[in-house]
Amino acid sequence: MDYQYIGITVLWLFLYSYIIIGAIDFGAGFFAFHAKLTKQDHIINNLISRYLNPVWEVTNVFFVFFFVGIVGFFPDSAYYFGSTLLIPGSVALILLSIRGSFYAFENYGQDSKLSWLFLYGATGLLIPASFSTILTIAEGGYITETSKGVHLEWLDLLLSPYAWSVVFLAIISVLYISSGFLTYYANKAKDTEAYHLLRQWFLIWAVPMIIICQFVFLSLRQHNEDHFNNAVGSFWWLFGLSVVFFIIAVALIYFKKAHGLAFIMILLQFGTAFFGYGLSKLPYLLDPFINIDKAVVNDQMALSLVIVFILGLLLLVPSLILLLRLFIFDADYVKGKKK
Amino acid sequence: MDAVVISRLLTAMTLGFHIIFATIGVGIPLMFAIAEFIGIKKNNPMYIAMAKRWSKGYTITVAVGVVTGTIIGLQLSLLWPSFMQLGGQVIALPLFMETFAFFFEAIFLSIYLYTWDRFKGKWTHFLINLPVIIGGTFSAFFITSVNSFMNTPSGFDFINGKLMNIDPIAAMFNASFGVRAFHVISTAFMTAAFILASIAAYRLIKNKFIDDKEYHKKALKLTMTVGLIASLLAMLAGDLSAKFLHQEQPEKLAAMEWHFESESKADLVLFGLVDEDKQEVKGAIKIPGALSFLSDSNFNTEVKGLNEFKKDETPPLIIHYFFDLMVFFGVYCFVVSALFIALKWFKKWSQFSKPILYLAVLTGPLAMFAIEFGWFLAEMGRQPWILRGYLKVAQAATHADGLSLVFIAFAILYLILGISSSYVLIRMFSHSKATDDVNKIIDRKGEV
Repeated sequence: MDYQYIGITVLWLFLYSYIIIGAIDFGAGFFAFHAKLTKQDHIINNLISRYLNPVWEVTNVFFVFFFVGIVGFFPDSAYYFGSTLLIPGSVALILLSIRGSFYAFENYGQDSKLSWLFLYGATGLLIPASFSTILTIAEGGYITETSKGVHLEWLDLLLSPYAWSVVFLAIISVLYISSGFLTYYANKAKDTEAYHLLRQWFLIWAVPMIIICQFVFLSLRQHNEDHFNNAVGSFWWLFGLSVVFFIIAVALIYFKKAHGLAFIMILLQFGTAFFGYGLSKLPYLLDPFINIDKAVVNDQMALSLVIVFILGLLLLVPSLILLLRLFIFDADYVKGKKK
Repeated sequence: MDAVVISRLLTAMTLGFHIIFATIGVGIPLMFAIAEFIGIKKNNPMYIAMAKRWSKGYTITVAVGVVTGTIIGLQLSLLWPSFMQLGGQVIALPLFMETFAFFFEAIFLSIYLYTWDRFKGKWTHFLINLPVIIGGTFSAFFITSVNSFMNTPSGFDFINGKLMNIDPIAAMFNASFGVRAFHVISTAFMTAAFILASIAAYRLIKNKFIDDKEYHKKALKLTMTVGLIASLLAMLAGDLSAKFLHQEQPEKLAAMEWHFESESKADLVLFGLVDEDKQEVKGAIKIPGALSFLSDSNFNTEVKGLNEFKKDETPPLIIHYFFDLMVFFGVYCFVVSALFIALKWFKKWSQFSKPILYLAVLTGPLAMFAIEFGWFLAEMGRQPWILRGYLKVAQAATHADGLSLVFIAFAILYLILGISSSYVLIRMFSHSKATDDVNKIIDRKGEV
């Protein structure tokens, strides 16, 4: 059986989930800090902490799930990515740790400090940047294999227009997704001031987001033509749909209509683009070293992973629904009537 | 320095820092569950306040636990890529299950922390404790399984440098899994209880808020009781571990006890100094026959000596001290808690007299040191192997550049996290009166 396709689909779904809820979280941190600096914090901080307090830890698990899963399903990725990602991986880890812990210190501790909020807000933008570097490396061309082991070509990476366009796309997407969600949340909370501020932010970030997407496409053509051709040749319709969803989302928020639907459109916009990107990249996880048809874990282990995964989902999905019903979809909680 | 040494140091530093928070993370939920249970059962708001305060402090430690856990999860691949490529074929299952358990715990912990006043029935909120405890305990189980696999690999055939014919279940429930998981869980509960006991004892000594006396006395009684039970379990687990080592990892047992020649009626060696070349032990307290007895409950059992193993396949002799200290500190906690409980029946001495409180203050930190030393012993005790019998540590380390830089960066990170989390925790509680929290709970009840 083709366990590798089950594996990669599962992992891609989890990575997608992490990108969405991580983006909401990262962006919210930045907005909270920005609001504090511009003395608008009284407007949105309640709203943000009402959403973030119960979910931040769960967000982190999605990430852990992804990297444990990828090593589990494709042990070769531990070798190739592990050998090359020491520095970018460590940077991302340090940022993630600072952010996670200072978030807790800021929110659960006795006192609030601007410097803590700064650490929390600034890392929110740097983390997506450092993660996106890893996606860039996966594109291939920055790793060489010698008899001593595999090495990352730093200079090539730093000078690559493709790498930089991905970094900017990641940062702007974070702000876009986050403000999109918080607009919906503020609207649900009937928090007019916060709603106007966030809607404004959302509309501001929509334009550069769509422009930078084009840059990514163009530089991908320069960097990995096979991938580009595959994306444009076989999966153009997914990217086309993505643009359609984008237009609907922006239009809905611009005309202040159906905010829940608008956020679903944002989800679909990123979903179609992300799966289009992923599908067109296959069969390589890391071009040309990790080919999912060859690098998959042995059959017995793959089977047990799939079984455990299904059992795990039976446990997790109801729990997640409970969490969402208690916090995100509970109208009274969102409005701040329940603590 | 060479890459292997730095990789080892970095892994040791990350794990050493993580286990402080991981141990607290596994143990404390049980403690606040017990407090909440008693609170509801006895209808006593003081215990509810206790559960609330403990869980509030827990949010800070769990945050650091989560981030350092994420670090070690990724560092395994970053520092030991060859090991993960090889072992990934087998340890994927428990690692994956650990993530599920962690996920489960995280969801319900979030719910627990934010729903104190959400439900009508008093027991509904209490029930949320159960998935939190189950999640935390199982995540400790599964991660211990991964580590046990590295100590006693099984469930595969080793063919041409690859692990083949894998049996995931046999690998997960490898020889050392059972005893080690038992030891890890019981000591986590023990340590968590003693840490909370230390805080209560410290508060009673300082006596800053006189109203709080009653509260801290109740807390000390509760934590000492749980600590006593858990330390009994931990000692039982420790005894099983010695018997297990005798069977499965005799080189670790021999190095732990500076036991060079195989013999029956083997002595147990406490502390002392060793001359490695002459194989002489000086200044140690020797208990005749005790090692044989510990290994197999029989003084005549022959215990394998270090000289029966290849020189380059035996662990460093320093692990002897870690073993001694771990046992010594563990026994200290047991004795203090037993004494505390026993004093209840003696009218002459109070459970809360100053000398007892001073002894109690030490239990938490010493229990935590015992955890650290126990892990030093376990991990250094399987040197030079990373996958015992199959892959040496030296072959598994990364060749990436910038290792020293990464090491320094993480050292600074842990320093900052350690200091700031302690600062936040101290600030959180030093000025807050437990009685105020109790009164808040009473007031709220009045409203309903």
